[in-house]
Amino acid sequence: MKEMILEYIRNEYIDEEEAEDMELDENTPLISSGIVDSFSMVSLKRFLEKKYSISIPDDQATPQAFDTVTKIIALVQRFQKGA
Amino acid sequence: MIEWGDKSGMNMGGGTSIMDFDYARLRREVSWDLAKRELGYTDGEPLNLATICVDRHVEAGRGDKLALVHETHDGTLRHYTYRDLMRLTNGWAQFLAGAGLKATDRVCVFLDRVPELYISFMGILKLGAVVQPLFSAFGEEAFFQRAEDSRAAAVITQHKHLGKVRKLRERLPDLKTVIVIDHEPGRRELHAGEIAYDMHAHVADRFEVAKTYAESPSVLHYTSGTTGKPKGALHVHSSIFAQYLTTKLVLDLRADDIYWCTADPGWVTGTSYGIIGPWALGVTQVVLDAGFSSDRWYATMARHKVTVWYTAPTAIRMLMKDGIEPVKKHDLSALRHMCSVGEPLNPEAVHWGRAAFGLDFHDTFWQTETGAIMITNLPGMPVKPGSMGRPFPALEAAVVDQHTGEPIREAGHVGMIAIRPPWPSMMRTYWNNTPTYLKKFLNGWYICGDRASVDADGYFWFSGRDDDVINTGGHLVGPFEIESALLEHPAVAESAAIGKPDPINMEVVKAFVALRPGHAPSSDLELEIMNFIRKKLSPLAMPQEIEFVERLPKTRSGKIMRRLLKAKEMGQEIGDTSTLEDD
Repeated sequence: MKEMILEYIRNEYIDEEEAEDMELDENTPLISSGIVDSFSMVSLKRFLEKKYSISIPDDQATPQAFDTVTKIIALVQRFQKGA
Repeated sequence: MIEWGDKSGMNMGGGTSIMDFDYARLRREVSWDLAKRELGYTDGEPLNLATICVDRHVEAGRGDKLALVHETHDGTLRHYTYRDLMRLTNGWAQFLAGAGLKATDRVCVFLDRVPELYISFMGILKLGAVVQPLFSAFGEEAFFQRAEDSRAAAVITQHKHLGKVRKLRERLPDLKTVIVIDHEPGRRELHAGEIAYDMHAHVADRFEVAKTYAESPSVLHYTSGTTGKPKGALHVHSSIFAQYLTTKLVLDLRADDIYWCTADPGWVTGTSYGIIGPWALGVTQVVLDAGFSSDRWYATMARHKVTVWYTAPTAIRMLMKDGIEPVKKHDLSALRHMCSVGEPLNPEAVHWGRAAFGLDFHDTFWQTETGAIMITNLPGMPVKPGSMGRPFPALEAAVVDQHTGEPIREAGHVGMIAIRPPWPSMMRTYWNNTPTYLKKFLNGWYICGDRASVDADGYFWFSGRDDDVINTGGHLVGPFEIESALLEHPAVAESAAIGKPDPINMEVVKAFVALRPGHAPSSDLELEIMNFIRKKLSPLAMPQEIEFVERLPKTRSGKIMRRLLKAKEMGQEIGDTSTLEDD
């Protein structure tokens, strides 16, 4: 799951030029660093819901919950378990 | 110098009665000439707003004063005094001249909120060239439309956005120079026509500032409309008189203030009040280059002891979502004045501001085209939650009949918001589009395109826009731009974009899409189209929701009936659509 999400973020939100130099891992801040803005978060949420067949309520899709891939995985797993 | 405003600590709802606040006196005493006098300007003299914002302070012995405190997302701080600004802007102007750029050339600034954005802005003006700020989250098509229309000669950017620029170079024959601010030698090769520039390594004590005048072009800001491509609102150096006076009297900035404007300079608030206004007054301003989080915002305000804060309703509503508790964890005792802009400020946000900060949010209304605040809640003026306030005292504003342009005198009757021209920061034209510019005037008024009413006390109350432009998070997005981009997706046959009401962003983009034969609706396709628009235009323009439809409602002449779609979306009674079809 980690690699899948990282790859999606790399492909969708990071410019090719920047991707060459950028070190992106599961603990890289995404929202607070501006890699993914609050509007784009909607498409990231949609990707997760589609990919993992879950539904994340809007009030759970907060900038804090989406700020790193580690946190995103925790969120996805919570909803996979039917939270 | 005139001194007024909230001197009595009454900056809180209900503190001053409407009768106590002497608006009539302000109308007598406040004029644009006041700004000229205070800035020592005589009509006909050369005028360069960068000299006023930067060099003037150094010459007056304020060179050691902090102009900019810049904080990155990892908390790193950089400090720039007014003397630093002078040397760095001289360096920029010298460098740009050496790169072959000249007066009136359009120079795009396509940067995140890095110090180079704020400082190159003034360097470009010192050269006499025209700054064209571009929101760094713009995708390729949004960048292309704006750079093509302006025939920009140069773009200042960073590696993060260089890929977008490179893809478009061949389609932009006028774009001769691409300046890269963060290129490290040996890391990667730059392409032909790209120049690395490290501003910190190029300070210059002197530069002969271009002899520009009041009517010389200064800033070109693009804004979206209902139809057609974005329009470039062209401003001139004398805009500074309006920006100076409104910053002083509405934002209430004083010499010892620490000011934070949260707007991105890709949009007009970020330049008029995030660069020009505070520096015209010689104030210290804070810039935070980080994504939004309420805790981070409060921490930044506490860390820098921010005294005056200019933000947007969407941001306020996002802060409201997290409640008052996070506010209380930080020492925000320095904060004394708060303003808001971008979209109507709802009464709940004003009430929440009082509870959270003990202060009123003062709503302000203006546009890219007006260049400065037009209608506002002035410091010390009793705030009526939900009202836009009253006309800035140097201006004449009214609501007028949309057909005749005659002012509507009856309290509570809705009309078009209109401003009597001229004023210093008014756009001088739309770039390459004077016919559209001329259509903005009726019966001697500039028509803003927003509807409002005026109450018996002279307060304006926003009613709605008069067009289909989508206001999302305080930024205007043109439905036509989105629809055109959607049609470039291979699966899309027809499309319509509307603003869907949203509790945080006021509106978000919703798209209606009819697919080409051979394509079927699916969540995969929905996500693909969302990302397609995000990359092509911007995250703001990305539909947050896509509804697949068989066909779109159209008039008999083939125009898509966006208003019908919007009415349906809002659950309104549609009734007989036959008259709409004749539109």
